[in-house]
Amino acid sequence: MLTMKTIDDININERLYQLNLGPQHPSTHGVLHFLLTLDGEVVVKAEMLIGYTHRGHEKMAENRIYEQFYPNSARMDYLSGMIFNTGYCEAVEKLCGIEVPKRARYIRVITSELNRVASHLLGVMDFVMGIGAYTPFLYGWDDREIILDLLETITGSRLTYNYSRFGGVRVDIDQTFCDSARRFIDRMRERFKLYNDLITGNIIFIKRTVGVGVISKDVALDYGVTGPTLRGSGVNYDVRKSEPYSSYEDFNFEIPTKEEGDCMARYLVRLAEIEQSLRIIEQAMNNLPDGPIRADVPCFITPPAGDCYHSFESARGAVGYYIVSDGTRIPYRLKVRAPSFSNLFVMSKIIPGHFVADLVAIFGSIDVTVPEIDR
Amino acid sequence: MNMTQLPIIKDIYGFLGPDLLVGVVGLLLVLIFVPLNSAFLVWVERKVAGHIQLRPGPMEVGPHGILQSLIDAVKLMCKEMITPDLADKPLFWMAPCIVVIPAIVCFVVIPFSPVMQIRELNVGILLIFAFSSISGLSIMMGGWASNNKYSLIGAVRAVAQSIAYEIPLLLSTMSVIIMSNSFKMSQIVSDQSTVWNFILQPVAAIIFIICSTAETNRAPFDLVEAESELVSGFHTEYTGMRDALFFMAEYTAMFIASSMAVVLFFGGWHGPFFSGIVWFVLKAYFLVFVTVWIRWTFPRLRFDQLMNFAWKVLIPISLLNLLVTAIVIKVL
Repeated sequence: MLTMKTIDDININERLYQLNLGPQHPSTHGVLHFLLTLDGEVVVKAEMLIGYTHRGHEKMAENRIYEQFYPNSARMDYLSGMIFNTGYCEAVEKLCGIEVPKRARYIRVITSELNRVASHLLGVMDFVMGIGAYTPFLYGWDDREIILDLLETITGSRLTYNYSRFGGVRVDIDQTFCDSARRFIDRMRERFKLYNDLITGNIIFIKRTVGVGVISKDVALDYGVTGPTLRGSGVNYDVRKSEPYSSYEDFNFEIPTKEEGDCMARYLVRLAEIEQSLRIIEQAMNNLPDGPIRADVPCFITPPAGDCYHSFESARGAVGYYIVSDGTRIPYRLKVRAPSFSNLFVMSKIIPGHFVADLVAIFGSIDVTVPEIDR
Repeated sequence: MNMTQLPIIKDIYGFLGPDLLVGVVGLLLVLIFVPLNSAFLVWVERKVAGHIQLRPGPMEVGPHGILQSLIDAVKLMCKEMITPDLADKPLFWMAPCIVVIPAIVCFVVIPFSPVMQIRELNVGILLIFAFSSISGLSIMMGGWASNNKYSLIGAVRAVAQSIAYEIPLLLSTMSVIIMSNSFKMSQIVSDQSTVWNFILQPVAAIIFIICSTAETNRAPFDLVEAESELVSGFHTEYTGMRDALFFMAEYTAMFIASSMAVVLFFGGWHGPFFSGIVWFVLKAYFLVFVTVWIRWTFPRLRFDQLMNFAWKVLIPISLLNLLVTAIVIKVL
């Protein structure tokens, strides 16, 4: 590790130059723009410029009825669309006081966790690709494909799901779905060995990740980092445990944490989380209750005046929906707290002193989706 | 058949002398071989990568996509060659021309079989080393002339890397040269008729393969064009055929590096059943396959780790190996 340098230490005109990494760059997934100040190849200062994919989802919400916002929710974080979709429905249900049938809640957990596994697979493999290993990326893609196919059978879409409804879900899951999901779980558990051989045990991978991009516990908490990135820094915080929603309180699972806070720790936490998600899916499918999949909710809901905050754990961290209702069919204000924003901006703190190559690795290990930041 | 028996050849032979004739015919063969070899290797690379990644790779053009590279070459030739406004235009134009020179010249001394060698030189190995260093120059020219920061970083990396890795490469070659007591490539191959140098010099062989991977900028040492960091490094600004020339040089360099490894360590043309050329080409392509295999399996090193590995690990080991070889040769 190099020692930290600040911009004041060096005569700017002599040594430093600026590099625009992005908005079009192979490893800034989506359109993120790093404005780097470099000394040779060492980053002295990193600025993250966002807003290239701003679509104004929050403003859109103020101009349409609650039901019309379903599709928008999944388009914020397109990699954990199911979780965002479910989260939005739960926020409105909280506002209206709708009681969701148990079967629907279990189905939400199953689909959300499948989505989380898919997102983590992509996140981990994208990180590995940033380090330069292309093949694991496609292996992970292969596993993820099964989940996408599986979710396609019940939702009709592969990425931007529109599945949850106020008071339940749209389509029931059947035996075929459960069997396919069980087959996937068995396959995925086999694959961990492959990933460990191919990636985790690789000496170059270890050299590139251990001790690189250390986010200490304090820094992580200061910047409001959440999700696997926070747990990689040794903080045991997961919304699914601390404020259970859907029906996470029914399931037996652990929150994997690592103390090191480096890229390797975040990678291992994600892999461990995939394992825990598989456990949750298995339990949910084994104990899937019978009953209706949707509560008796009117076609167009009109929440009472008031506000509500609903927090849930997406694949990237704690998401919050804050909805203010003025008693009409259109939200007065809808605000989303996106985890990627805080997770990304902690980089400005930890990047100085690292190489450009490390920046790519750290960015990959934090696993940011830019459209979620820009919304 | 002896070509010199044909009347017309005999006339030209008499008129120009044997050296020039062999030179011209050899140059023509090399000029045909270099593009075809690159096209074939691009196809091999895509095919092997595909199968490693559980997909078929190119399948459409020709049986199993064998003609894909030719079609791509036609496409690249038809493309516009863009020169950036702020580029240093003469240098920008020259770099891809210069990069193919070593690719062609190095074939002069490679002994494909006891008779298939364009020119036997007493310092054949030195010639290859000297000319393959030129590719570093052209990368630097291209990277500098592009006037692009990614290109410049890639070019600087290329120079530092080729200096660092040429030293252990030469040192490991030296131990073989001490054993054969000659810089002649055919002499080195002839000495391996019973035992390959790979058995006698395993350390040197492994160092040679590692360093030649680094010299040809192949993964895990492909920092010069590290896609996830530098977009595509020194040739970011190059388009069309100029870009293709860099690719051609890279794949030819791969083949030359593998040929060198075959000559120095894997017994050259020696082998049972087939004639020498078949064995030579088989061995060379097998080594190329190994580098492709490595590329699609390993992640990429970071630049400081790469330099540390060269200066702190490879150079001391190869020096030690050279010392031990020299002592053993002296004592025996």
